[in-house]
Amino acid sequence: MSDTADRVKKIVVEHLGVEADKVTEEASFIDDLGADSLDIVELVMAFEEEFGVEIPDDAAEKISTVQDAIKFIDENKG
Amino acid sequence: MRRVVVTGLGLVTPLGAEVETVWKNLLAGKSGAGPITRFDASDQKCRIACEVKPADHEYGFDPNKRVDHKVQRQVDPFIIFGIDAAGQAIEDAGLEDMPEAMRFRAGCSIGSGIGGLPGIESESLVLAAKGPSRVSPHFVHGRLINLISGQVSIKYGLMGPNHAVVTACSTGAHSIGDAARMIRDDDADIMLAGGAEGTICPIGIAGFAQARALSTSFNDDPTKASRPYDVARDGFVMGEGAGVVVLEEYEHAKARGAKIYAEVVGYGLSGDAYHVTAPHPEGSGAFRSMQMALKKAGMTPDDIDYVNAHGTSTPLGDELELGAVRRLFGDAINDVSMSSTKSAIGHLLGGAGAVETIFCILALRDQIVPPTLNLDNPSEGCVGVDLVPHTAKKRRVRAALNNSFGFGGTNASLVVKLVED
Repeated sequence: MSDTADRVKKIVVEHLGVEADKVTEEASFIDDLGADSLDIVELVMAFEEEFGVEIPDDAAEKISTVQDAIKFIDENKG
Repeated sequence: MRRVVVTGLGLVTPLGAEVETVWKNLLAGKSGAGPITRFDASDQKCRIACEVKPADHEYGFDPNKRVDHKVQRQVDPFIIFGIDAAGQAIEDAGLEDMPEAMRFRAGCSIGSGIGGLPGIESESLVLAAKGPSRVSPHFVHGRLINLISGQVSIKYGLMGPNHAVVTACSTGAHSIGDAARMIRDDDADIMLAGGAEGTICPIGIAGFAQARALSTSFNDDPTKASRPYDVARDGFVMGEGAGVVVLEEYEHAKARGAKIYAEVVGYGLSGDAYHVTAPHPEGSGAFRSMQMALKKAGMTPDDIDYVNAHGTSTPLGDELELGAVRRLFGDAINDVSMSSTKSAIGHLLGGAGAVETIFCILALRDQIVPPTLNLDNPSEGCVGVDLVPHTAKKRRVRAALNNSFGFGGTNASLVVKLVED
């Protein structure tokens, strides 16, 4: 597992209060992890802080699974 | 007329996070005061408070018991305290699994004096340091005063009236009084009612200290600082926590075989129309508030055996309240006991009136009145009344009166009594 994936999952566990083994790469934030739209706004902010990337609103709207987040970060971090 | 009774109690206070623990500690004369641990208070004029203790403390509060992890991360302490106290009250009343028809007729009236001050403070610092795009999306609804009522209604599916009072330190009493009226007026059969506060943060302590409201002479001896009626009193000690009761229409409670603690029989409200922080110099607002509560209860002062005073330990307020009680009670003053439990748990601001009404109810149940701690030398205007110094006192308690007065000159009084058929 990549370093990005580890750090993303840690943030998701902390913010959504879910069990770590539920946070698979295929997991959907809303359907599988109980997030609502504001939780996703908060997660995106946390990813921006953690990785020093900017995630514009139109990109954020396309992030619906853990894998989507990891992929965006890996492609855009400096 | 529809009668309103109390069928459930919930408390989160500096002396415990469970009703019987708080009551035992209060009657034992314990103090919840100590040095502020929530933040570094070394540059503050006031460096003490009555904090709700952490989960690993002998009588600490574990937020994980009743508040979802995600909610805990999003909201201010006052909401967490309020959700837990409401949950305790619902469990105590045996109402965890209400059918839908009952939930349509069950509501919430849980307020706060100030609301989410710690979160407003911390997010303002985030805004200043990192800009608007770093402000939490949960900032607003994690701080709003009506969000205890909101969260509790969502958690338990309560679809009746959803209300939240904001009247500074009278909030808890107004919340219970207003909710009782909603039941009386047939808007609901069940109301979760009370108040909460959690403002032990740098700007909260600094703000009240700058208003010259807090005790600042006892930073090295915190348990001595809250000393209502005593000559050495110099301001209140900030408390935090929540008190919530289940109010229920009497026949509704009887029909489901509920345990009934007491009946809410009187509610009085008034305005001082005098000054934003100072009480009226003749205590006229306090007098009229108590007078109205007694009138509504159809009682005279000699029916009241216990007064849980507002008694915050400020130089002005204590004597003015006592003077108003003395004028209203006349000769009946000789038979009443009056104490300030703020001497033990500090001033819970918007939570105070609810927590103290619960103490009145427990006084009725156990026929004992809690003490006023640190009352070593009553000041001149505070003699000739049984202020229950130092130790709890067994006595007859048929009915009790709670007073709450707030900034802005807002006053509320509640009368509770044991239920008679």
